[in-house]
Amino acid sequence: MSQLKEKLLSSFIAFEEQKNVDSYVHGIRTKSIKKFEKEGFPTKKMESWKYTSLKKVLDYDYKLFPTVTEALEFKDIKDFLIDDIESYKIIFVDGKYCSHLSETTHDGMDICILSSALSQSKYDLVIENYFDEIAKKDGITSLNTAFSSEGSYIHIPKNVQVDKPIQIVYFSTGKNESVLYQPRNLIVVDENSHVEIIERHQSLSENRILVNSVSEIYCNQRSIVQHYKIQDDNRNASLIDNTFISQQRNSDYTLHTFSFGGELTRNNLSIFQNGERIESTIKGITIIGENQHVDHNTLIHHKEPNCNSYQDYKGIFGENSVGVFNGQVLVEKEAQKTNAFQANNNILISDKATINTKPQLEIFADDVKCSHGCTVGQLDKNALFYLRSRGIPEKEATALLMFGFANKVLSSVSIPEVKTRINDIIAKKLGVKIGFDI
Amino acid sequence: MSKYTEDDLKKELETKEYEYGFYTDIESDKLPVGLNEEIIVAISKKKEEPEWMTDWRLDAFKKWKEMKEPEWANVKYEKPDLQKISYYSAPSNKPKYNSLDEVDPELLETFKKLGISVDEQKKLAGVAVDVVIDSVSVATSFKDTLSEKGIIFCSMNEAIKKHPELIKKYIGTVIPKTDNYYAALNSAVFSDGSFCYIPKGVKCPMELSTYFRINEAGTGQFERTLVVADKGSYVSYLEGCSAPSRDENQLHAAVVELIALDDAEIKYSTVQNWFPGDSEGNGGVFNFVTKRGLCEKNAKISWTQVETGSAVTWKYPSCVLKGKNSVGEFYSIAVTNNFQQADTGTKMIHLGENTKSTIISKGISAGKSQNSYRGLVRINPRAKNSRNFSQCDSLLIGNECGAHTFPYIETKNKSAKIEHEATTSKIGEDQIFYCNQRGIDTEKAIALIVNGFSKEVLNKLPMEFAVEAQKLLEISLEGSVG
Repeated sequence: MSQLKEKLLSSFIAFEEQKNVDSYVHGIRTKSIKKFEKEGFPTKKMESWKYTSLKKVLDYDYKLFPTVTEALEFKDIKDFLIDDIESYKIIFVDGKYCSHLSETTHDGMDICILSSALSQSKYDLVIENYFDEIAKKDGITSLNTAFSSEGSYIHIPKNVQVDKPIQIVYFSTGKNESVLYQPRNLIVVDENSHVEIIERHQSLSENRILVNSVSEIYCNQRSIVQHYKIQDDNRNASLIDNTFISQQRNSDYTLHTFSFGGELTRNNLSIFQNGERIESTIKGITIIGENQHVDHNTLIHHKEPNCNSYQDYKGIFGENSVGVFNGQVLVEKEAQKTNAFQANNNILISDKATINTKPQLEIFADDVKCSHGCTVGQLDKNALFYLRSRGIPEKEATALLMFGFANKVLSSVSIPEVKTRINDIIAKKLGVKIGFDI
Repeated sequence: MSKYTEDDLKKELETKEYEYGFYTDIESDKLPVGLNEEIIVAISKKKEEPEWMTDWRLDAFKKWKEMKEPEWANVKYEKPDLQKISYYSAPSNKPKYNSLDEVDPELLETFKKLGISVDEQKKLAGVAVDVVIDSVSVATSFKDTLSEKGIIFCSMNEAIKKHPELIKKYIGTVIPKTDNYYAALNSAVFSDGSFCYIPKGVKCPMELSTYFRINEAGTGQFERTLVVADKGSYVSYLEGCSAPSRDENQLHAAVVELIALDDAEIKYSTVQNWFPGDSEGNGGVFNFVTKRGLCEKNAKISWTQVETGSAVTWKYPSCVLKGKNSVGEFYSIAVTNNFQQADTGTKMIHLGENTKSTIISKGISAGKSQNSYRGLVRINPRAKNSRNFSQCDSLLIGNECGAHTFPYIETKNKSAKIEHEATTSKIGEDQIFYCNQRGIDTEKAIALIVNGFSKEVLNKLPMEFAVEAQKLLEISLEGSVG
């Protein structure tokens, strides 16, 4: 752990030398590396990391700046894209932007990459206004900020309805080395615009991968952002996903997180409501098995009156998997008439599985309606019997019930193809060959 | 008549003085301030304790010195200087009373002001009162009735001398000396407390109760209670507290250990009304209590508490459900007003099969107070078919207070069933309107709603206690609306 830290600190100087030291972000990077030096990696002693230890995944000699080993073709990555719809694509291979697989645009909006946004002066205003504004200044996020150079850059101007969804996919091909990737996404959606984003991290080899990703999303007035995270990586890949969302008045942000793969997945999600009448919806389905660990750490910060937030996380845990849910709802004194709802339902299907959940409400305003519900249980034996008595085999019956359990989260997915894809993954995950198309 | 609004209620609550704040001038026998090994030996000597007890205390002190004051609770306060406290104070004129007439009349006056005079209590429905004023028992009643059944109910000090085998066997088994900072401190310096032992198969014929009071300025109160219910027995134990107004913060760090052996049942009820500080937030008691119960096979432990006092409360009555089929319950009302801060809750540790636990927690915050629920439900891998239900509701009165919930749920068994729900709301205008429509004025309506809100817990209190609990709710919150 400390070895990796030393390595990161020493390679920072070399990294910075290649960059433009006069740029605006140089100052931020330098500040961030100092912050990381001071804070280091989070440990189990920290309250928000109480149930998740990074020790296991940090104990490798990660390469920090991989070289692209082979060129990918569309057929190699087809399976990992939602390929049956028209979409913009921002594809990265081994941390580098891959133009022949991508489909970006500058026509009326910017759907491109961060490295070009950082190097061209016409983007300076946006970068100075938004870059690293809401990202938390803790150790792990600062580390990403210090090394932030590549990722997606999306800027949707006023009154634009983006015609098709945007897929952001990070591939890793590295054949024989462990790699640490630190992608950085900046997404700014201006007034009255609408965008759909699908995000995925995928390793294509058996090597050890650690991704420490940071995304900053700005939803300005009356904008609508629908965001999907598909986490179905190889078992040797781990992901620390830090997402920060700042919402202005009347905006509507929805996130669906589907966690099925990876060894360790940690989702740090913070939503800051900076105006009135904001809607925030975050939902998740987690289905994991052997040696897997998924941790959802969410914060919804209600700062202004008349806002709503809705959280719904469902989890199914098999084998010796560990599930963590830590959902914090913070309602400030000014945020009267807040409605905040939070649900976390879990099913354990193995005696070796563990679920730790900590739904947390902190309320400083009196005229609010806040509730949370949290359950841990099993499948209904009567329902199972009902299905089996009608000739459905046990495995399929169990899968049907589990699907029914998770389906409430899926029902709000607005892109049908995404829904179908998730259905397929769930069926595969549960080991059955039935379609759940409802 | 002008309309009675929530603002009026708020104003009234702020100006409401602590009615039970008075100070009885009894000469106290005090040790010099400060904390070191000599003081501990001196306490032990004053109590005429056997050597093993002195060693036990010194060991706890040694461990305490290495510990740090915890900071994780959601409360802010100036840490008490533990070297500025006198660790022993006992009413000096301490004859052995046979009847109430011999008791210091000033003391009796104290009880009268509290509304619970000893003689009145004696007459009331068979409640035996072991009165603890500043740490030392001065009167014990109903002893004869209890001893007929073989029940031991006496002060800790007496128990150490008369029943060393029981004390040696059970003390510190549920809450080890090193459990936490304040438990360790208590183990080192505890002044007195109550000990109760119910023999096999005996159902205690009356509710046992102890009234704690902090009476001498600048004295820490370090009570230690140990209740042991042997196989198949039943006991209901009541504890009530009330402290006089003081300007400097007083520290109360008690330890309560409950042990329910096979098939036994312990019901432990608390009404806590330490001085909460005035409306400016000055003074008040720091209440840092460690309470835990151990359930063996088929045993049941039920904690019921009404928390209205203390400037800072920090208290988590817990159950370790070790035996098969054991049951743990926790019912709590915590009311905070003005600048009070409370961080309370419970821990339910499920170790055995078929264990069940229920948590009902009601928090009411008013004024500028902060009220937190912090609870842990842990299901261990071997706790098959265990069941937990938790419900935490918070009611906010006024927009300067806060309500927080921090439930921790850790499950390692697939057959466990856990439900947790929490809500936070204020008194709905529609609810008040509904009452108004039916001719109930706002004042009564608020009382009605607050009462209804806390009813689930109030109902769990023994009859004799429910009366006082309601009285305390009135003082700390309802004011004239009650």
